[in-house]
Amino acid sequence: MDRSKTYFITNSIRIKNEKFLQKKETILSFDPEISFPQFLKDSYKKLELNYPKYHKMDSLCKLGILGASLLLKNQNFTEDTALVFSNRSSSHDIDLKHQRSMENIVSPAVFVYTLPNIVLGEISIKYKLQSENVFFIEDKFNPDLLVDYSEGLLNSGKATSVVCGWLELKNDEYDVLLCLVSNNGKIPFTKVNLEELYRFENE
Amino acid sequence: MDILLQEDSIISPLGFSTSENIKAIKAGVSGLHFHENSRFLNGGFYAGIVDKSLLAEHFSKIGDSSKFTKLEQMMLLSIQSVLNNNQLDLSETGLVISSTKGNVDLLGDSRNFSKDRASLISLAKIIQDFFGFKLQPIIVSNACVSGGLAVAIAKRFIQVGKFTDAIVVAGDLVTDFVTSGFQSFQALSATPCKPFSKNRDGISLGEAAAAILVSRRERKANNISLVGDATVNDANHISGPSRTGEGLYKSIQLALKEAKLAALEIDYLSAHGTATLFNDEMEAIAFNRAGLEHVPVNSFKGFYGHTLGASALIETILTKHSLLNNELYPSLNFEELGVSKPINIIDKLEKRELKIALKTASGFGGCNLAMILKKAF
Repeated sequence: MDRSKTYFITNSIRIKNEKFLQKKETILSFDPEISFPQFLKDSYKKLELNYPKYHKMDSLCKLGILGASLLLKNQNFTEDTALVFSNRSSSHDIDLKHQRSMENIVSPAVFVYTLPNIVLGEISIKYKLQSENVFFIEDKFNPDLLVDYSEGLLNSGKATSVVCGWLELKNDEYDVLLCLVSNNGKIPFTKVNLEELYRFENE
Repeated sequence: MDILLQEDSIISPLGFSTSENIKAIKAGVSGLHFHENSRFLNGGFYAGIVDKSLLAEHFSKIGDSSKFTKLEQMMLLSIQSVLNNNQLDLSETGLVISSTKGNVDLLGDSRNFSKDRASLISLAKIIQDFFGFKLQPIIVSNACVSGGLAVAIAKRFIQVGKFTDAIVVAGDLVTDFVTSGFQSFQALSATPCKPFSKNRDGISLGEAAAAILVSRRERKANNISLVGDATVNDANHISGPSRTGEGLYKSIQLALKEAKLAALEIDYLSAHGTATLFNDEMEAIAFNRAGLEHVPVNSFKGFYGHTLGASALIETILTKHSLLNNELYPSLNFEELGVSKPINIIDKLEKRELKIALKTASGFGGCNLAMILKKAF
């Protein structure tokens, strides 16, 4: 196992406070008063995703697709790009929606999203990634876990690049950081650098 | 570095220890029974449900059952049983927790518990505090491969030096939340599920918890190693398996590659076998593509039902004991083969020298998992 190798944060996308940041630059922002459903709709239009499946997805998947679309745009990556995601609230919002429907008519189109890893499936489908997937639940953004696990996948040859990060959604409050990690780039893939990218929009 | 699967425990309708579970399996006893439920036109459904009062009786030896949910009691009991027989320093032991829905039954009505008790974070905190684990728990929620993936994750973290020993625990319940969802998919069987059979008509749900010690420290002579593991997403559909078994086939290939083994060296295959039409068909296709059509194969779902985030851990533990005991356990409720490709279903208990086994699982979101277990002696 080659442990000496350094990997880089090739690209990163932050979604928070009605804004999209690429690395530390704001690339798209909306009126802070915009509702969350409207934010998801308008972002789709602005980013010209042209991916009709998007409209069937729950909000967590929509956030993941928005983030991944910006993250992977014009990037080189292979089908063994692993997905290492985490959040605090699992599939909370859609869980509540399913829970409320249980008194009346339950919809399979809602129930299927009541697992946090469905977004990994949606991203895999859109980008044809047949790769390692994991969804961790953590109390808070945990760069140690993401770096240790992703480096393990890269060093052992289970993946040649990784999309890792934090995709949190609870009661329409969202907090997203996605990073593409590979051999290319200038920012070393370290816990400190990952933490800094996450903290940047939280200051 | 050998990653060893050591002391384990299963808490299920079949018993409160691994040995009780295996005794029931050998006797052909199923945990699936008819349970009344007004959601169903015929008044109920078949599921594997742990008896609450029996559980509370067992739990009273280690804690106050009124202070813990049913799932917590099951998961805590399973860990306690592993810790009883092993001196572990919990200040440096990893804790990996697998569950798809945790205490989701508290989401609508938290009863006498705090409102956030339904969350997976709270479940992890309860488990961590009960025993005094010092390291931050690692929670995996990756649909129906979670329980096996948690073992693979423990291995991977041991390999990068995060810890030497890890307790992996998994658990899920039969809740109205999940039952109503699978019912809306028309995925529930009208009878106890019949994996790989011609007349299979869906899954039976089940609940269980299990725990295992994963370590690179040798403890007993009879160790089984995890020598290869891989997950591959189908990248095809979020709720239906790939028609070609692509992700499962690829994960088997990658696990074999890591283990430096060939398909013909596999002595036994523990399948996912949920008994839905599409899943079992997909598995048969993937196993054929991988050259595993002659390998004795079973599904444990006829004994337990589908225990979701617990299933792949329970089945890994049973696979481990198959190897240790040199026993092939029958695929319960199997009748006539009902998949388009030949596979070699185990229909009766058989003693046979076994060295290497393959465990597979697949789940919603298009995820697939393959793990290779090998006798380390």
